Amino acid sequence: MSDPHTDNPAAESAVKTEPGKNVENGHARYEAIPGHPHIKPPGVPQAQTKILSAESIAEIQRKMVRYPVRKSAVLPALTVAYRQIGYLNDEIYEELAQITEIPKLHIAEAASFYTLFPKKPRGKYLIMVCDNISCALCGADSLIKYLEEKLQIRLGETTPDNLFTLQSAECLAGCSAAPMMQVNHAYYENLTRKKIDELIETWRREG
Amino acid sequence: MPEKLVLFKHIKDPNHKTVSGYESHGGYSAWRKALTSYKPEEVIAEVKESGLRGRGGAGFPTGLKWSFVPKDSPKPRYLICNADESEPGTCKDRVLLEDDPHAVIEGMAIAAYAIGAHLAFNYIRGEFDYPISVFEKAVDEAYERGHLGNDIYGSGFDLHMITHTGGGAYICGEETALINSLAGDRGMSSMKPPFPAVEGLYGCPTVVNNVETLAVLPHIINNGAAWHKSMGTEKSPGTKLFSLTGHVNRPGNYELELGTTLRELIYDIGGGIPGNRNIKAIIPGGASCPFMTPDQLDTPLDFESIAEAGSMLGSGGCIVLDDRTDIVWATYKLIKFFKHESCGKCTPCRQGTKWITQLVDGILAGKGNEEDIKKIDDICHNMLGRTICPLGDAAAMPVISVVQKFRDDFLRRIQMQSPLRMEQFAVE
Repeated sequence: MSDPHTDNPAAESAVKTEPGKNVENGHARYEAIPGHPHIKPPGVPQAQTKILSAESIAEIQRKMVRYPVRKSAVLPALTVAYRQIGYLNDEIYEELAQITEIPKLHIAEAASFYTLFPKKPRGKYLIMVCDNISCALCGADSLIKYLEEKLQIRLGETTPDNLFTLQSAECLAGCSAAPMMQVNHAYYENLTRKKIDELIETWRREG
Repeated sequence: MPEKLVLFKHIKDPNHKTVSGYESHGGYSAWRKALTSYKPEEVIAEVKESGLRGRGGAGFPTGLKWSFVPKDSPKPRYLICNADESEPGTCKDRVLLEDDPHAVIEGMAIAAYAIGAHLAFNYIRGEFDYPISVFEKAVDEAYERGHLGNDIYGSGFDLHMITHTGGGAYICGEETALINSLAGDRGMSSMKPPFPAVEGLYGCPTVVNNVETLAVLPHIINNGAAWHKSMGTEKSPGTKLFSLTGHVNRPGNYELELGTTLRELIYDIGGGIPGNRNIKAIIPGGASCPFMTPDQLDTPLDFESIAEAGSMLGSGGCIVLDDRTDIVWATYKLIKFFKHESCGKCTPCRQGTKWITQLVDGILAGKGNEEDIKKIDDICHNMLGRTICPLGDAAAMPVISVVQKFRDDFLRRIQMQSPLRMEQFAVE
């Protein structure tokens, strides 16, 4: 690779930004970086999306423009899509390919590697209980069993009302507050049966 | 030795995570000092002199790592903060991201200046929703105050920062895998050489440093190399964050001078074992480190002493197993993690972790025989040193130590010929 910044066929000339301008609207991290040749995201009308919202598309484009090389936008794009829809599939890769102009095959190939993104629909609350060593020493396995009994499902299953999916997770770096779990995007730590009861009750009530 | 608070000095102050709070504690003065009165090579020399060693697990000298970046390369250079914290038993970087994000930014800025990078990435694991939001807010604040951006402090130096979030893969904590992941590919490791310092992200010179390593830098620039060397041991200077987890009365993240003993960490700081039970085993530095036994409690926690004792300081994730713990079960917990996280590129790691998991699972199910112990040991030794990245070694080393030190436990479990209940520890 000679100069990687010009390897990108879609690369446009540098987007010039005045010093200080990149903090407008409090979105410093999304603004184009001065002095770096940047990819110019294709305009919204080019992407015919049925699944991804206009907000998601705009966010992907905002993130994309910061990277010196277009392909780096794969994980950010997958993350935005996952956060909107809750899982990823072939149709979503197709739309992401349209938005980012990165080949669909490449997006699908990368997505299949990362376990953070479920590849099929799941319950509204995705419960992931860490069962690695530190959490297991503090009772994670019995907590999973308790949840299985409480939700009347086995690990990996979804309740018939599509409210809860129960999974185990590899270490989530909550070891000093074990046992812990991640539900959708939030961490719940120092868990007890009582805490689980309260959380499940709240989520059932909220539906 | 009691706790020694350098990184954690203001960690409990909720105001410290804001830019004004951080500045009121002297924050960003090191970045200003480095940028306005040091040449990049002087920063590298100071950090080399300080003896700082990488805090992510390998303990490689930080200044030396930076000095591998070619001085005459016409390519852009990149600095990456490795915040893909996911070694079981380790939760220290998360605390820094959540409670001291500006120290991480300031450290990244100093490192970027040292190697001549104008773009720095923080690769944070995707599960860290809250830490990511705190860090992104801190980056915005740093831009607003002129600590990042163009012509910082009138020096003519530009530095920009991107928060990049991962997809839930332990392997991406390995630097070549992280670089591939950041480039948009599957997070699989690559052969070294070329080393990232020569050919890293987008084929350009790249330095990857751990969160904690970077957070130490402002203190070294402010107080000098001699100050840093006055703490810790001769070859492992400074303080280190330890995550104390498992069967202890006060689990948590603690900052100690390197050279503090395991006993001091577990008993004086951690308050000992619940119910005054005895210790069965200790994993001193995260799941990839060989097990230690209670007779080794007086081992000082520094890179050399722990290595002499047959284990590794690793990431500082100290996991304590009390005498109720079934060691075969603990082995299963470790190896199934590595089986899940193996990227699959190298056959010894991909197949080895799978076979060991099956064998240990068989023993737990009451279907094991004595030959299985030898098979497990054989597979481990055929993984060691035969993979591109250290994940294969990381999986094999703790298992080798277990079958060696706790062979009787394996034999006892095999003789029982009855399945073990997985949920051997209850929650309230």
